[in-house]
Amino acid sequence: MARVAEFLTRTRGRDRLHWTDWFTYGYLFSGVLLMFGPVLWLTLSSFKSDAELERFPPRFLPYAQEMVELEGHDKPLPVFTVTAGELAGTRVAQIRRIGLVAQVVRLDDPGKVIKIGIKDRQPVERVALATENYSDLFARFNFMRFLWNSTFITVMATLIMLLVNSMAAFALSKYEFRGRTTVMALVIGVLMVPQTVVLVPLFLVTRELGMLDSLWGVIIPGAATPTGVFLLRQYMLTIPDEILDAARMDKASEWKIYWRIVLPLSAPALAVLAILAIMWRWNDFLWPLIALSRPETFTLQLALNAFQGEMDTNWSNLLAMTVLTLLPIALVFAFLQKYIATGIASTGGK
Amino acid sequence: MANLELRGVKKAYGAVEVIKGVDLKIQHGEFCVFVGPSGCGKSTLLRMISGLEGITDGSILIDETLVNGVPAAERGLAMVFQSYALYPHMTVRQNLSFGLENLNTPKAEIAEKIQDVSRMLQIDQLLQRRPKDLSGGQRQRVAIGRAVVREPRIFLFDEPLSNLDAELRVDMRGEIARLHKRLGNTMIYVTHDQVEAMTMADKIAVLRDGLVEQFGTPLELYNAPDNIFVAGFIGSPKMNFLKGTVRKESEAALVLETGDIIALPGDKRQTPEGMAVTLGVRPNGLQIASGADVRGVHVDVKSVERLGGESYIYTTMPNGDAVTVHCPGQTAIEPGSSITLAIDSSQVHLFSSETGRAL
Repeated sequence: MARVAEFLTRTRGRDRLHWTDWFTYGYLFSGVLLMFGPVLWLTLSSFKSDAELERFPPRFLPYAQEMVELEGHDKPLPVFTVTAGELAGTRVAQIRRIGLVAQVVRLDDPGKVIKIGIKDRQPVERVALATENYSDLFARFNFMRFLWNSTFITVMATLIMLLVNSMAAFALSKYEFRGRTTVMALVIGVLMVPQTVVLVPLFLVTRELGMLDSLWGVIIPGAATPTGVFLLRQYMLTIPDEILDAARMDKASEWKIYWRIVLPLSAPALAVLAILAIMWRWNDFLWPLIALSRPETFTLQLALNAFQGEMDTNWSNLLAMTVLTLLPIALVFAFLQKYIATGIASTGGK
Repeated sequence: MANLELRGVKKAYGAVEVIKGVDLKIQHGEFCVFVGPSGCGKSTLLRMISGLEGITDGSILIDETLVNGVPAAERGLAMVFQSYALYPHMTVRQNLSFGLENLNTPKAEIAEKIQDVSRMLQIDQLLQRRPKDLSGGQRQRVAIGRAVVREPRIFLFDEPLSNLDAELRVDMRGEIARLHKRLGNTMIYVTHDQVEAMTMADKIAVLRDGLVEQFGTPLELYNAPDNIFVAGFIGSPKMNFLKGTVRKESEAALVLETGDIIALPGDKRQTPEGMAVTLGVRPNGLQIASGADVRGVHVDVKSVERLGGESYIYTTMPNGDAVTVHCPGQTAIEPGSSITLAIDSSQVHLFSSETGRAL
């Protein structure tokens, strides 16, 4: 801990800060603000009530007005502090508001109604988390369904993609056959075609196969990606052929060579591709939007979109769901990020 | 039993022929070494025998059975690679058992075989380690162990010692030779190092440019090389070659390019007059002659290597050809001096300068 602190507070100047220290820390802090500011704002906003969200100017922390239950009143009443008049400084509960006049009662004398101008009172607020934004997701919306759809698509698509891409990469890197360079050139060529261009044909093919409105309709079309094939092939080129020859002498079938030798040795590249695939699939919006139209098949991304109506946007639930959608991918990234650096470093070279 | 026979084996990559017709017969239990300069096709030939490389023409027979179309896995051979080619993600034990698992050997039997082999090769302490945690010599042992454990009919070694340091190489050389005695299998060993070939082989095949120059026991090759290439390749330091012409006056003699005259030994007297020949003599077939001797080779000393028990004198003839002389013991000769060399006529080899063939 002490070493971490020492590292984080390291400066160029000995006793006082050098101008480069000011510059570096300023630059780094602005970077942190730029990257984490929106996320922090999102998270805090997701705990704000609807009223608070619409408040202008917005406040940083989520506040809620204090409420009090009094005898003779069915509902909890909002609490105010009186700022002017003879009651100045006392806390009162508002029963109702009529025009510019508020009907209030003193907390210790709930029977006697007092009328004060609305300008003469100040709401009593404290920091409070509007957790109902989250509980609503489970109670009023089918959040678990969307989560399951997203998870299923992400996991299955990633697994199928790793399998298909690694097999293609194995063939393209370790077998000599006529047309190998052509195939590789095609794969790289496809890298340059944006997805939007193939969207319509892809839709037609998927419809013909009867996969529209099913999760497989999202999983299958993205199973083979040129990026994945290219990444894995480049990595597999670095596996020495002699190891494969040794396995052949050891009477291993070609499938066994792929499964027992090449796949384990490509683990770093597979990890990188897995992380990328999980991120692509989880955050994918366009294709699921086209392929899935029944709400039962919606992914989280589509459900988020559904919160945004033509007339009205349900901001509080939308923000809460956005936070929940971000969480899994952030966790995946936190645990696997070390492979990204090592994997990309070792796939790039040689 | 595992006899290996190659008949007119050829290999071409497109228009480039790398193996130009090799005929060899290797008997069961022989330790055969393929030796030759780099690029001569010896490794390719080995891979063709193993089945990892297809052949363009000819036939390969193991125990009189044609195996041209048999894939590597089915030939019952084992190979030790130059880079060892151990499976980096498996422990030593898994490396050894991988081949046996593919043969569907029962687990108990696998364990037993691994135990025997690892004890024999002294790697039984390393079974749980991964290849990256082993030294070069240990990796080499594991690679050999992986071949031995499968009890193949023929062992193939592709320059297995070239990645080891000099001392370890000598150790492993002895170990492989002992292994051969112990197992009694046929072994084929590829190397570019003629010392390895001489010390280990029962039979040596010297290859050059895809052709077998000579096939025989090490001493046959040393004592009776078929041609200049084999003569120059086998033996260290290299044989000296002196170019000249045959002249028959009172007796058959060889006149060197430098004018020095050397008497031809009795069995070489039939060489026709005027023929251009190359005389080959190993460094230990030369002695420093006492000053007055006319019949000798006059050379200038360039450098002297004193090894204590013996010395090598590196000299050049007036026409620039290098001549190396071996002296037992220590010598007082200094670089810069001129000496005369006498040739031990019993150790002379004669080659036609035109064809390079032995006469």
